Amino acid sequence: MTEPQIEPQSVGVVAPTAARFDDVLHLRSGDRLDGYELVYETYGELNAARSNAVLVCHALSGSHHVAGRYAGEDGDSSWWDNLVGPGKPLDTRKFFVIGVNNLGGCSGSTGPRSTNPATGKPWGADFPFVTVEDWVDAQARLAERLGIDSLAAVIGGSLGGMQALSWTLQYPNRVRHAAVIASAPKLSAQNIAFNEVARQAILTDPDFHDGDFYQYDAVPERGLRLARMVGHITYLSDDAMGEKFGRTLRHGKALYSYDVEFEIESYLRHQGDKFAREFDANTYLLTTKALDYYDPAFTHGGDLVAALAAARAGFLVVAFTTDWRFSPARSREIVYALAHNGRDVSYAEIDCPAGHDSFLLADPQYHAVLSAWFDRIEV
Amino acid sequence: MAGYRYDYEVIAQWIEPGEKVLDLGCGDGDLLCHLIKVREVRGYGVENDPEKVTACVKNGINVIQADMNRGLTGFVDGFFDHVIMSLSLQAMHNTQGILAEMLRVGREAVVSFPNFGYWRHRQSILNGRMPVSRSLPYQWFDTPNVRFFTIDDFEALCARCGIAIRKRLAFDEGKVIVDEPNFLASMAVYRLGRDEIV
Repeated sequence: MTEPQIEPQSVGVVAPTAARFDDVLHLRSGDRLDGYELVYETYGELNAARSNAVLVCHALSGSHHVAGRYAGEDGDSSWWDNLVGPGKPLDTRKFFVIGVNNLGGCSGSTGPRSTNPATGKPWGADFPFVTVEDWVDAQARLAERLGIDSLAAVIGGSLGGMQALSWTLQYPNRVRHAAVIASAPKLSAQNIAFNEVARQAILTDPDFHDGDFYQYDAVPERGLRLARMVGHITYLSDDAMGEKFGRTLRHGKALYSYDVEFEIESYLRHQGDKFAREFDANTYLLTTKALDYYDPAFTHGGDLVAALAAARAGFLVVAFTTDWRFSPARSREIVYALAHNGRDVSYAEIDCPAGHDSFLLADPQYHAVLSAWFDRIEV
Repeated sequence: MAGYRYDYEVIAQWIEPGEKVLDLGCGDGDLLCHLIKVREVRGYGVENDPEKVTACVKNGINVIQADMNRGLTGFVDGFFDHVIMSLSLQAMHNTQGILAEMLRVGREAVVSFPNFGYWRHRQSILNGRMPVSRSLPYQWFDTPNVRFFTIDDFEALCARCGIAIRKRLAFDEGKVIVDEPNFLASMAVYRLGRDEIV
């Protein structure tokens, strides 16, 4: 079998690496992890000054596999391949790019599926709650391990954008630039509501077994499927959904059944099934809670300007006009709070029809801004 | 509308080193570049044209993509030392609103605009055609300008809105016009403020 053609701007065939950490990680919940593993990938070369590293933070369903593909695999399984590569906005000829699977994840880093050394069984529901800040602490240790004192940039979309923002507050002297995309300084009540529906779908699935389904050889697929279906509704704009699926009936007429009739039903079921096969229910629960809890202004009496005063990085904030899950208004809160602190910040509001999902697409205007911004970063 | 360097020079003279400056309709950021170079200002631009936003990012200028007509609601009162609008006021619908917002978020406003009362423009109208000139370079059917006003009109509006004119400079193609500016100047630059109410 011949290997599939690699497009010229691809980082090509990549492989993940695991890093073991045996020092205690104190978590925001008060809990602790005595040791853990982080799985990561890198693209490009770290320069001699170790000054060209860019960390890419993933959102709810992402992973360390940001770009390229694995050997023996057809299509791209990486989630932000259009961003990272030679000649792409995050150019691997200039930058050393790092993708890392967050703690509590299900793509290889220590998480609920991993063995709890105290019991010899999967952590399951006992895996401690992790926050955006905890993830950033763990990422900072990985950067240290790679010999990187200061990141040229950190970039992330959605929940990844929260991590990028948090880096600039937790480690202001170790990150020089931050791109916060389709994100928010905290979730709205509506956002938390969607997450709660998704969590309830999982928690009430009889196959969930209070989080210990691994021992029962069960998977709460129904719950995961519903959670993902709700999620996907919020990731697309009404217009994009209408454009893509409309009211198209698969059989051309109503069959008066609960089988798939409208194309949107087919799409949601497909996305739900795919996700239920691949994703871990406990990771989903933990991750949505991390989203809900994130609120850097909380300890500053709700004052975001005060909360962002610690930041030193130069920022790019990007939002998408049709994104109602993380609307432009939420990004503007970040922008104005940074400007009121006198920080360097630029804000682009991209007119892209695809809703929250836009941040993963290669809209020309979006990528032009990202390219211009990355080009100016000195390494 | 770039290239009116005499407009930029005047603005730079009115700004103290290290000030916080907001430039509304900042284009590709060339005025802010100039002010950063000669006055070391901490500058932000507001621009709504996506390509100009990208150009600002390319030029390393802080830019916020927003529609100025919707106001500057994200900024707190008096945050900026100067809020500048260079040759854009004539393209704003909400003239009074934007002037009020500029003087809310800034200690002073700097505004420049083409003078519709310039003698060549009057002559053009007398000849039966809408003026097209270096300061009004568009045809009537493709102009982005929506408000056509003279120096005298603008000053009457300032008086009506309680806006204090701290300084005015009028030009005809780079030459300062002192006498009869409403007739002889093609463009004017103002430094505006609010008088303290005692």
